[in-house]
Amino acid sequence: MSNEGVIYRISGPVVTATGMNAAMYDVVRVGEEGLMGEVIELHGDKAVIQVYEDTSGIRPGEPVLNTQETLSVSLGPGLLTQIYDGIQRPLPTLEEKMGVFITRGVDADAFDLEKIWTFEPQVAVGDSVVGGQVIGHVQETETIVHKIMVPPTASGKVKSIESGDFNVTQTVCVLEDGTEMQMMQKWPVRTPRPYQQKYAPDTPLITGMRILDFLFPLAKGGAAGIPGPFGSGKTVTQQSLAKYSDAQLVVYIGCGERGNEMTEVLDEFPHLIDPNTGKPLMNRTVMIANTSNMPVAAREASVYTGITIAEYFRDMGYDVALMADSTSRWAEAMREISSRLEEMPGEEGYPAYLSSRIAEFYERAGRVETLNGDDGSVTVIGAVSPPGGDISEPVSQGTLRIVKVFWGLDAGLARQRHFPAINWLNSYSLYPQSLDQWFRDNIAQDFPEIRTQVSGLLQIEAELQEIVQLVGSDALPVDQQLTLEVARMIREFFLQQNGFHDVDAYCDIHLQYQMAKAILSFQESAKSAMASGALLNDVVNVPARSDLMRGRFEKGYIDSIDEMVKKMTSEIADTVEDN
Amino acid sequence: MTGKEYRTITDVKGPLVFLNKTEPVAFGEIVTLRLSNGTIKNGQVLDTSDDLVIVQVFEGTAKIDRESGVTFMGDVFKLPVSTDLVGRILDGAGRPRDGGPEIVAEEKADIIGAAINPYSRQSPHDFIQTGISAIDCCTTLVRGQKLPIFSASGLPHNDIALQIARQARLKGSDEEFIVVFCAMGITAEEYNFFRSDLERTGALENAVLFVNLADDPAVERIITPRLALTAAEYLAFEKDYHVLVIYTDMTNYCDALRQIGAAREEVPGRRGYPGYMYTDLAMLYERAGIVKGKKGSITQFPILTMPGDDITHPIPDLSGYITEGQIVISRELHQQGIYPPINVLPSLSRLMGSCIGAETTREDHKSVSDQMYAGYAQGRELRGLVAIVGEDALNERDKQLLDFSGVFEDKFLRQTRDEDRSIEETLDLCWTLMSSIDTKYLVRLDQKWIDKYHPDNKA
Repeated sequence: MSNEGVIYRISGPVVTATGMNAAMYDVVRVGEEGLMGEVIELHGDKAVIQVYEDTSGIRPGEPVLNTQETLSVSLGPGLLTQIYDGIQRPLPTLEEKMGVFITRGVDADAFDLEKIWTFEPQVAVGDSVVGGQVIGHVQETETIVHKIMVPPTASGKVKSIESGDFNVTQTVCVLEDGTEMQMMQKWPVRTPRPYQQKYAPDTPLITGMRILDFLFPLAKGGAAGIPGPFGSGKTVTQQSLAKYSDAQLVVYIGCGERGNEMTEVLDEFPHLIDPNTGKPLMNRTVMIANTSNMPVAAREASVYTGITIAEYFRDMGYDVALMADSTSRWAEAMREISSRLEEMPGEEGYPAYLSSRIAEFYERAGRVETLNGDDGSVTVIGAVSPPGGDISEPVSQGTLRIVKVFWGLDAGLARQRHFPAINWLNSYSLYPQSLDQWFRDNIAQDFPEIRTQVSGLLQIEAELQEIVQLVGSDALPVDQQLTLEVARMIREFFLQQNGFHDVDAYCDIHLQYQMAKAILSFQESAKSAMASGALLNDVVNVPARSDLMRGRFEKGYIDSIDEMVKKMTSEIADTVEDN
Repeated sequence: MTGKEYRTITDVKGPLVFLNKTEPVAFGEIVTLRLSNGTIKNGQVLDTSDDLVIVQVFEGTAKIDRESGVTFMGDVFKLPVSTDLVGRILDGAGRPRDGGPEIVAEEKADIIGAAINPYSRQSPHDFIQTGISAIDCCTTLVRGQKLPIFSASGLPHNDIALQIARQARLKGSDEEFIVVFCAMGITAEEYNFFRSDLERTGALENAVLFVNLADDPAVERIITPRLALTAAEYLAFEKDYHVLVIYTDMTNYCDALRQIGAAREEVPGRRGYPGYMYTDLAMLYERAGIVKGKKGSITQFPILTMPGDDITHPIPDLSGYITEGQIVISRELHQQGIYPPINVLPSLSRLMGSCIGAETTREDHKSVSDQMYAGYAQGRELRGLVAIVGEDALNERDKQLLDFSGVFEDKFLRQTRDEDRSIEETLDLCWTLMSSIDTKYLVRLDQKWIDKYHPDNKA
């Protein structure tokens, strides 16, 4: 048996080769054009290969070459600000090589191998190093220091170490056993990168979106699922997270989604400023775009490419957030390949291993002690696109079983133009318990209690609404009418947030707390005014209240909100005297 | 490779022909079949191996027997393209249907089409005025967008599509679109309707028609839209035209896809449609857009009829996940005699934000559109309440909103089939209608626009 075989059969993206020495997940080059593929099944002498490029025109009898490597990503300085397809080919390079349409048989390095970086060593000759240890660093972008680490599998004593300007393929460090290290290393995408241990998450990922941070917080190192029907705002939510979350690095995977949407992200991100550092957002971002009409096998690979890159930065001690939009397209890619393999299907034609693949993917999230003893995290936020918006389908269910945060998007809310259209009644987060201490220490002692009051009001509103549907709101007693009014204020003033507005799109967590308090103080003063005889209508219509509500669109709101609340309180108190 | 004829057919099943003992045949290769009676049919290779080749026959497998000869043409399916296509009518497989000569090819283009590199796309941002208020105000169309019409049997989606084709233009420009019209399994009657309308308005001279009718082979429908889009890409990206592609009816296309899947004994997904339908549809819809460095553009208007008016049916559902919004036609409005019966509530244009505002439409557009939408949504909701508690139980605000939802349908939505409203007319109309609501309830309107455009202040 040699490394070269011949094609026996072609059926769409699945090719069968014979006469080749192959192991599972070996990367192979298929046909005269050398299309990239991966071995996914072995039957005796036959190797079944999924091909990452279009297979039209390929014939049986053409050669297949086994590279003996597994599907890997290149990791090193140059990753940031890049935009890749599903198998880590930079899209700008592809444009240079083949024009605006993506044809096939073109290879491209993941980043510029010739570019010179200034390497600053952090170890000395004679030091003992272990896998994962930082041997030096490179200032990759203005905001991010790229740490060069010993590959996880190597260790030993440093024989020589360089300092100065090098490209990523030049050796910068040699160990006594002869191991040479470059700034670039490779890692197989389907294997999680090792770490020492996983910690329980205790810090929230602050996103600047009120409904997420305040009601359903996600921890750094946690996993969240966003299921929702089309048009409910999954992509807008994911993009807001990519823009504003306080992760140090963001990996954004556009998996099987719209081309124009990816273009919008590409156009927009380089101009956006990271609210946490004041530097261009692109400096901390790696993007992977495999649109819906690009080859399906590469779509399957794209989420693994993305998470491996995320893990690599995690190993440097960074907090990384990964957005995958949409994991349903990934699952569909698995289904398509599985059906070409004529595997026995599970639910709805998906392969029986669907839920274990989903679980394995989300399990690569986490806050860890890295091999070098640092603390890093990967937070995974996966969008799910359930058919017809019905989350009883396998991908949603497989996701919900594993993630601890569920942000349920709702078509009804989207139709009312209530954005973000996250349903506050069925969404949940299992993190508050582990995060409450952080909120108490860093925001306010009573933060968790205020949250409970706000979500309690929303619950009561839902119950009252059922009655209102039957008898109209005028039939309710005034105190309940007030409750409805307060809940409406929560919905319209607090939960709704305009992701396209320059001020409102990002809301500081301290301000979120202030806004929630403002609502509760309205309730408080309205109650006592009404107890002294004020009319609900007068209380609700005090001018200071609408000023307060409109204020969130103005800069400097956090400084003026106290004053506005005081003014509202006094105006409400005045309504008593009017009567 | 060409020339050698095989007589090794083993099985014929539905639209598929199985044969063995061939030379190596390429995946996707074009095939001609010569029947014993002399008829010629065409097909394409769906699966190929040393032992077995599966061919999908476009014209149906009637009369194919084991004696039929099969020739592999050594190439994948290509459409001869040239600017001569404009003004022509072709059948579902790209042959002249208008009695005219064969198309003289300037080049031959692979009909599968390659994916546009997302990095090479240009974000669409040019406002297209359709002259239909509901679309221009609430679900604005952008050049380079793919915006389907979700309709159902018995609704006037064809009239709307034609009205858009007639009236669509860039604001302040006389530049017209080249219309590429792709019919998949529609009736001869519907086809005649489209054709005579295009003829009547002179639009036929600026159109290319690909026509597969209900009695044409179903499998041919798989390639018809690909031919149409290949022609569109050529005209847009090689010849700098702005192309509007209308295809109807996507439901027939998907059914043909299902038919082939069933014949291949594939594991079906939801409702028997193949699991790869999302990818397959994406390969059509994603061929819309604008690319850097090219002057032309492709805007798509797919029409699909939702089986059983069900928007969660796989066809509208998967389409909605790929397209940039949707225009939903409502049976309820149609039955009230309102044309165009567009239900703006579930309708959406994802690219709208990028093309409206002071520089393109008018500064108050966003604000007005939000308020119109919110007012109508609330008014509609109140109708349910009124049915239970009666109109008297409503407070003043609710009464005004309820009335507003009525005039919204009657004055805003309703327009005639040849009424071409400019965006200014549409927005002014919105202000007139909204003035029936007390200003203090118009919370979505910016105060500065109220000061400037509200009829009370304008006078």
